[in-house]
Amino acid sequence: MNNIIFIAANELRRMFKSPLAWIILATVQFLLAIFFYLLLSQYMQPVNASSGLTEIVVSGMYQISGVIMLLVSPLLTMRLITEERRLGTIKLLFSSPISITELVLGKYFGMIAFYCLILVMISLMPASLLFGTQLDLGQIASGLIGLLLLTSSFAAIGLFISSLTKQPSTAAISTFGVLFLLWIINVAGSNSSENTAAILSYLSLLKHYTNLLNGIFNSADVLFYIFVSLFFILLTIWRLDAERTHG
Amino acid sequence: MENEILISVKELSRFYGQQRAIENVSFNVHRGEILGFLGPNGAGKSTTMQIICGVLAASHGSVSIAGYDIYEQPQKAKEHIGFLPEQPPLYDDLTVDEYLSYAGKLRGIKKETLTEAIELCKKRCGLENNGSRLIANLSKGYKQRVGIAQAIIHSPSVIILDEPTSGLDPLQIREIRELMLELAEDHSVILSTHILSEVQSLCDRVLIINNGTIVLDQAMDQLQNEPDKTDHVEISLRYPPALEALLNIEGVASAESINKDTLRLNFNADLDATDSIVEKAAAEKWGLYKLNTSDTSLETIFMRLTHSDFAPSDNIQAEEGSENNE
Repeated sequence: MNNIIFIAANELRRMFKSPLAWIILATVQFLLAIFFYLLLSQYMQPVNASSGLTEIVVSGMYQISGVIMLLVSPLLTMRLITEERRLGTIKLLFSSPISITELVLGKYFGMIAFYCLILVMISLMPASLLFGTQLDLGQIASGLIGLLLLTSSFAAIGLFISSLTKQPSTAAISTFGVLFLLWIINVAGSNSSENTAAILSYLSLLKHYTNLLNGIFNSADVLFYIFVSLFFILLTIWRLDAERTHG
Repeated sequence: MENEILISVKELSRFYGQQRAIENVSFNVHRGEILGFLGPNGAGKSTTMQIICGVLAASHGSVSIAGYDIYEQPQKAKEHIGFLPEQPPLYDDLTVDEYLSYAGKLRGIKKETLTEAIELCKKRCGLENNGSRLIANLSKGYKQRVGIAQAIIHSPSVIILDEPTSGLDPLQIREIRELMLELAEDHSVILSTHILSEVQSLCDRVLIINNGTIVLDQAMDQLQNEPDKTDHVEISLRYPPALEALLNIEGVASAESINKDTLRLNFNADLDATDSIVEKAAAEKWGLYKLNTSDTSLETIFMRLTHSDFAPSDNIQAEEGSENNE
């Protein structure tokens, strides 16, 4: 347990040692600030009076945050394992009394901690509305949990892909491809038979997120993300274990 | 507990696909012993060391560290290992202190003793004044020191160093050697190197590996007492005679000049002609001022064991000699 914390803490510390983490935080914040402003002005239009503030502004924000995180996440996860390989520090980890599971979980939770930070920063903007008006806190919580679950699955997928290669850029572009595919996979099913469409749309990362954004807290959606994360964490552990045997 | 076996390697084999990296490697290392690991590039030194440390898995065979099997109880076994790979495993963006603290935590040092352990290993490796420097800004020699520091921070009973002195200047090499002798008092040390003199001055035992198999495993003092240990001498003469005069000395098979007044004399098989050479030089007033057998036993043995085509009169050496002569 302690080892997981050490690795996660080191991961987080090293992220902030590089300008990348800071620049990503700043960029995400800046882009979302623009969207926040746009959504807020949209709400101010008399046409939209039928919809609530939370629905338009807060859910809208989280919706766009999901897309931006999809773009940014591969850049954060690309160096998780690739860099350990490049620097040779993977040998330090492998020769230390820690298990591969601890190593992988440490990396994963280090990443999650960083995502939590981004989420807090993002949420500050809609939260500022609380000074002037009331918001549907339940829906916000549901959306926030959704975004956290979504990004955790991004982290797990990115972690796995970075364990496959030595080049960060290769990992980044592959992760982006996979994430994007899983995001729009329901579109692929729209023309096929009913069953195929149902399966493909179930696999879509987006669909489950939309439910949570709308305030529909279905445990099946939550379990879906947890399952995706667990699946890719497990693959990463296997992959690193196999590397010792075959690599 | 002087003779306690700390590292026991049994019938280790490792294949990369079809290619054999090492096969049937077995040896033991006792507490207080420094084992020198020699072999040409690609012979399997690094592979063996990485398997011992659990970085790679073996295809067959077993390794036990301080009584714990590296596969069955990896956690317990690895607590006793300090490993410096060929490329020091450093995070460029951390300071020396941050890095050592992380390495210490990974190796299971308790929070209360961590600061003390960091200070001690920094002192041992001569890093006292570099604690707050970024690793990226250190010179190669200092990076190597940090690499050694992370390997000894938890005072493991088994220290495995893959080419620890590469990239260091002569003074640093001496410091590191002294450090290793100090460490070996109550630890086992395995070190691989290309520098034969290092093994001679440092190690209690030498292991030569070639093409993935062990070709020599012998205690150093045994090796040095071995007869027939040298097959040539290098002599420097103030008034060198013609080469033919040297060939007349009993036991000298061939002579080559290395430069103006230095000559290399190869002996006939099994006959040490050093005595007769010295007598002759004195009698003929050649002005012998230097006699060197420095290409010593270990090098001869190493060359013999790792180069199947190695013959006593080494042509490469002769060619080099004639080039120098021109």
